[in-house]
Formats: sequence, structure tokens, C-alpha cells
Amino acid sequence: MAAVQETVDRVRRIDVDQYRYGFETVIESDKAPKGLSEDTVRFISAKKNEPAWMLEWRLEAYRRWLTMTEPKWARVNYPKIDYQDLYYYSAPKKKELASLDEVDPEILKTYEKLGIPLREVEMLEGVVRPEGERKIAVDAVFDSVSVATTFQKELKQAGVIFMPISEAIREHPELVKKYLGTVVPTSDNYFATLNSAVFSDGSFVYVPPGVRCPMELSTYFRINERNTGQFERTLIIADKGAYVSYLEGCTAPQRDENQLHAAVVELVTLDDAEIKYSTVQNWYPGNSEGKGGIYNFVTKRGDCRGNNSKISWTQVETGSAITWKYPSCILRGDNSRGEFYSIAISNGHQQVDSGTKMIHLGKNTTSRIISKGIAAGVSQNTYRGLVTAHRKATGARNFTACDSLLIGDRCGAHTVPYIEAKNSSALFEHEATTSKISEDVLFYCIQRGLSQEEAVGLVVNGFVKDVLQQLPMEFAVEAQKLISISLEGSVG
Amino acid sequence: MALLEVKNLQVRVEEREILHGLSLTVNKGEVHAIMGPNGSGKSTLSHVIAGKPGYEVTGGEILFKGENLLEMSPDQRSSKGVFLAFQYPVEIPGVATMTFLRTALNAQRKARGESEFSTPDFLKKVREVAARLNIPQDMLRRGVNVGFSGGEKKRNEVLQMALFEPSLCILDEMDSGLDIDALRVAADGVNALRSPERAMVVITHYQRLLNYIVPDVVHVMSKGRVVKSGGKELALELEASGYAQFEDAA
Ligand SMILES: Nc1ncnc2c1ncn2[C@@H]1O[C@H](COP(=O)(O)OP(=O)(O)OP(=O)(O)O)[C@@H](O)[C@H]1O
Ligand SMILES: [Mg+2]
Repeated sequence: MAAVQETVDRVRRIDVDQYRYGFETVIESDKAPKGLSEDTVRFISAKKNEPAWMLEWRLEAYRRWLTMTEPKWARVNYPKIDYQDLYYYSAPKKKELASLDEVDPEILKTYEKLGIPLREVEMLEGVVRPEGERKIAVDAVFDSVSVATTFQKELKQAGVIFMPISEAIREHPELVKKYLGTVVPTSDNYFATLNSAVFSDGSFVYVPPGVRCPMELSTYFRINERNTGQFERTLIIADKGAYVSYLEGCTAPQRDENQLHAAVVELVTLDDAEIKYSTVQNWYPGNSEGKGGIYNFVTKRGDCRGNNSKISWTQVETGSAITWKYPSCILRGDNSRGEFYSIAISNGHQQVDSGTKMIHLGKNTTSRIISKGIAAGVSQNTYRGLVTAHRKATGARNFTACDSLLIGDRCGAHTVPYIEAKNSSALFEHEATTSKISEDVLFYCIQRGLSQEEAVGLVVNGFVKDVLQQLPMEFAVEAQKLISISLEGSVG
Repeated sequence: MALLEVKNLQVRVEEREILHGLSLTVNKGEVHAIMGPNGSGKSTLSHVIAGKPGYEVTGGEILFKGENLLEMSPDQRSSKGVFLAFQYPVEIPGVATMTFLRTALNAQRKARGESEFSTPDFLKKVREVAARLNIPQDMLRRGVNVGFSGGEKKRNEVLQMALFEPSLCILDEMDSGLDIDALRVAADGVNALRSPERAMVVITHYQRLLNYIVPDVVHVMSKGRVVKSGGKELALELEASGYAQFEDAA
């Protein structure tokens, strides 16, 4: 019918070329030679002044990686990656900064353009702030190096460690040694193993027993250099009774070639602790012909190691040419709880294969999965989820709801749930729906004065509302805008 | 100049002609009623005026304030003052009614080059209008029409009409699904909007509505044409004798 056709054409024209963050920053950088070898690993380790044990850890991972093959089970297609044609390390030339003032002004400008309040001054001077608004401490990672971490003093007072992981390896080796690789082992999967060999930076967080982190912690990742992979590594530990909320945002310049991003994130909660991890992922998705864009091959996993602990993942995925990502929870402690809230939007030629794993090991563990997939253009959007209950996991409970919304008829949405209950008392519920955006609903909005694009944005934002509400307020507003932009291109 | 002039309008839906040369002139300040049997094309006419996709205009024209309405996009028509209260208002899950009203009102104002409403001004205006229509505040916080009763949905249409202050209101069977009390409230809301600057086209099957909203002109539609026009007494005549006498004229 003609009505449907009009929306399809409209969305087709709204291509991903309108990416707002696609600028490049000209700065001098310090790169490792192209390609991957033991020497590359040694180069990175040396650049970071790492102790010998860390280098050994990396080399072991590298040797294992050589024996592994790329996973092929995801519903994504891409040409073979030449791992020798990449740079594995790139840093803005001037490093080891004493204060923000020493950061290259070009980099600061970049973050300003991205709307990231890096400078504490700006944050404090900001125009009339709503009462009770929380402060956010920011760590910014530019290509392979963390360039600035704010609010160090206040965090120190609370006993919270928030620093680039490269620094933590030097300053808190006992903590890093104790936890690194214990949630995602170096042998876990092809991309995680690669990351273990060549990771360059990322964030480290440790919240001591009984401490509620006094502010949101946030990291912004930016890939800038051409042909450079970004391999960040994040490790967050909430000790007994601790709480922390962590936010992550990502952008990259517009490039014709594909860039690889293979991150690893590990979360650990001990007894009665809680970690809330939120991501707004907006890597460059490629142009309207499907050229360029980030390959986002990420391993994120949380271990509810202690009893009564909780890990909650919230993700808004709008960018990347390919997304391969399954933030998961191992519910080891009794009464522990895992949550996964996801909005995954694909437009143009984007391919998304994302979901979660909830692994119930302890007694009376509960998990909840709410996934909202939106597919437009000629994109493919797959939810892939695994819920398992171990033999000993008596009283395990899961609730899963997967909803997909299709815009036009050239895209696809797929739901692939795996459920395994080895304990007869486990109770797993699964609901799934797939629907097409309704022409009547769009026309209703348009009759009331909204443009076609605004109408699509409004309807989609309504569709994902349950998940948006999980985000910290500051991020929810940003995410809402991003959702409209990634589908409409009407702004910016 | 007439506010709305429909001249010899011919419309097709999926290769089938539904309107076969329909003409209608509505002046500012007037209230017109359109009556006619099921399937005679009443909703089709209202959709074509509002610009719903899927209809092919194969002949005739529509002038609104002297301008060619058919050349305007549906959202442009809305900001120029065309409002359609739907026969079947849709639900928009997850979008709070208040958010929807504000987004729509500001979109219209922006299109007209007017400044957007500030939050306090907007809230004040909505509360005022909602109170007049007996719409409780908690209904405004719920998703647009989600879980609303039939009567609440229709009242929500009238609420939007009052808020957007359009110059042409088309009400497609606003009486269907309303009980007597709800009908009176909604009709009072509509009557309050009658003004010398505004015209209304009221589509209905029942004379009863026209006791509340008294029309200046009544049209009878049959098989895609206006077959008879007259004063308000025409509605009474129809109520007594049915449409059969007009079918031949079509
Ligand atoms: N999308 C469509 N596809 C096919 N036929 C349609 C479509 N829309 C309307 N029609 C046909 O056009 C004719 C007029 O329909 P319309 O809804 O305008 O009538 P109506 O006068 O509003 O009827 P009612 O009093 O029942 O609301 C009907 O025969 C209907 O089946
Ligand atoms: Mg009708």
C-alpha cells in the first residue's frame, strides 16, 4: 500500500551519512608499527611501563590467540579482517599529564564538540543546574590513551579508585592481579583473547566495602586515528556492600574503511554489592552504501560473585557497522540478581547481533531481560540470548521480553533465545513480539503537526521507554535524542 | 472567500473510485453536518482533506483559505489550521499524553514561525482546557489513548482541538461510543470552540448529536457524492425516513 511505501522511502533517504560525530581531530600521534606480533605486544607493554607479570600475561594471550579462529555463529557478514593491516597502538603525542591544562587543546575541543563536560570548571559553572543534580566524574580515552580523569580528589576522599587501567596496573597491582581476567579469561573467545594481548587503556574502578560511590563515573571512548583498532579494557570491582553506577559513551570519525573495536569489560560484585553499567554506543555506522563504520566486537561480562549482589547492564546501541555484543551475568552468589536492558537500533546497512547470557549458578538467583530492537533501512537486527540454570541453582527465576519493531520491509528482526534449565525448580518466562511501525499511528501524529521524521522518532521513543527509564537521567535525555537522530537524520 | 472549497473531487483507493465528484463549500463561522449511510465515503473525504497517504485524487480540487490544499504536506495542513478528530483514535504506547500534546503544539507553532510555549505557560493552558472537559490530570500522564475508554479517547480528541485552536475542525463520528453524559460534555467542549473565525464539519449518523451541536447546514452523502443539502430540519427528516429516498438521487 502506498502509505507504507512513503515511510519506507522516507527512512531510506534518511541515511546514516548524517552522523553528527564524524569529524576528525588533527593531532600528532605516537603509533606502534603496523601489524601484530610479539614485538607489538612488547611495544605496547613498554609504552605503558608495565611490570613483567603484565607483559607475560599479554604474551600468553597473544600465543593463544594465534591458535584460535574467528567465531562465525553470529548473524553478521563482513569481509575477512587483515589483522596485520592494523595499528594496535596510537597515542596523542604528549602524554603523562599532570593536569587538564596540559591536555592538547585540540583534544579538549573534540570533547567539547561531543558535548562532554571534561573540564570541572565548566561543570561547576554550568547554567542554573537542577537541584540535586549529580556530579559525573569523567575519564576520556582517545584512541589508545586515557587523556583526562576528573574529580580525582573527591573520589579519593570516598576511597574510590577511578583511574586509567594502565595506571592501576602500576599503582594497584595487587587489585588488578586479583581480578583481571577472572570474569573474562584470556582464553574466552577470539576477540577477548586479542584484547588481552594488545589492550592499551580503559578504566579501572574499585569501590571499597560499604561505600556508595558519591557520583556517577563515566568514560568516553573516541577512536580518532586511521586504521587504528581500539582495544580498551575496563575492570570494575564493587567490594562488599558497595555501589557504583558507571556510564560509557563512544564515538568515532567518519571513515571509508572499517575500524575494529574489540573491548573487554569485566565487572565483579562481592556480597551485597551492586554495579549499574550503562552504555550509549554511537560508533560511526558507515555510510548509506554500507561503506566504512566500526566493527564492534565486544565481550562484557559481570560476575555476581557474592551473595545478594546485583549487576545491571543497560545499553543503547545506535552506531557501528557491525555489533557483536552480549553483556552477561554470572549469578554465582546466592540470591544474586542480573538485569539486561537493551535498545538496539539498526538503520542503513548496519548489522546487529546482540543480547545477553544469564547464567544461574547460585540458589534463588533472579534475572530480567528487556530487549527492544528497531530495524530500518536494509539492516539486520538479531537478539541472541541464553538463560541457563545449573543443577544446583534451585529457585532460579528469569523473565525475558524481546520486542522488535520494523520500519519498512527491507530490514529484518530475529530473535534467537536459548533456554537450558538443569534444575527442575527453575522458572523461566519468555515473551517475544515483532511488529511493523503502524502507518495509522504515524498519520495520527502527523495530522497533529509533527513531520514524518518527528513522528517516527516519537513512536520509537515510546516503544523503548521501559529501557530508557533505566538510564541515569542525564544519559536518558541524550539517548532519546540519539535515537531520534539515528532514525531520522532530521537534526544536525 | 470560503474557508473550505471542495470542487468536484474524485478519489480512488486501490484502483476503486470512492468519491465521484464531490463538492462542498464551508464558510468561516459555520457548522456543517454530513450524514450518510455506511460506506458512502464520509471518512474518505475527511482523510483526503487531512492528507492521509494512500488516496489518489484523480480529479477536482480543494481550496483552504484560497490555497491549494492538495499541494501541502499533511503536517503543513495541520499547522495551517486543519484538524481532524478521528473516528478511531489510535494508541501510542510509551508516549505520555502531556508529552504528545506539547510536542505537537510546538511543532505547529514552529511551522507557523511562532515561538514555542514555555513549560509553565503550556501546563497552565492544558490544565485549563482539561478541566473544562472533565479530563483528570492522571489521564494526561498516561500513554496517548492507551487504556482509555471509548469516551475518554473522544474527549482527548476534543482536548487537542481546544488546545491547537484550528480554523477548520472535522469531527468524524465523535458521538460513536459515547454515553449520554459523555456526549454532552464533549458537545459542550465543541460548542465552546464555535466562533466567527472557525468552521466545523461534523460527520455523524445520528440526529441526537445535532441537538447538542446545532448545525447551520446539513448535507446528505450517498455513494461518494453530496446528494442533498438543507437546514437543520433535514436531519430530522432523515431520522424519520432513512436514507432510501436519497439513494436513487446518487
Ligand atoms: N484503504 C481502503 N482500501 C479499500 N477500500 C477502502 C479503503 N478505505 C475506504 N474504502 C472503501 O471506501 C468506501 C467508503 O469508506 P468510508 O470509510 O469513507 O465510509 P464512511 O462513509 O465513513 O462509512 P462509515 O459510516 O461506516 O464510517 C467503503 O466502501 C470502503 O470499503
Ligand atoms: Mg467513517
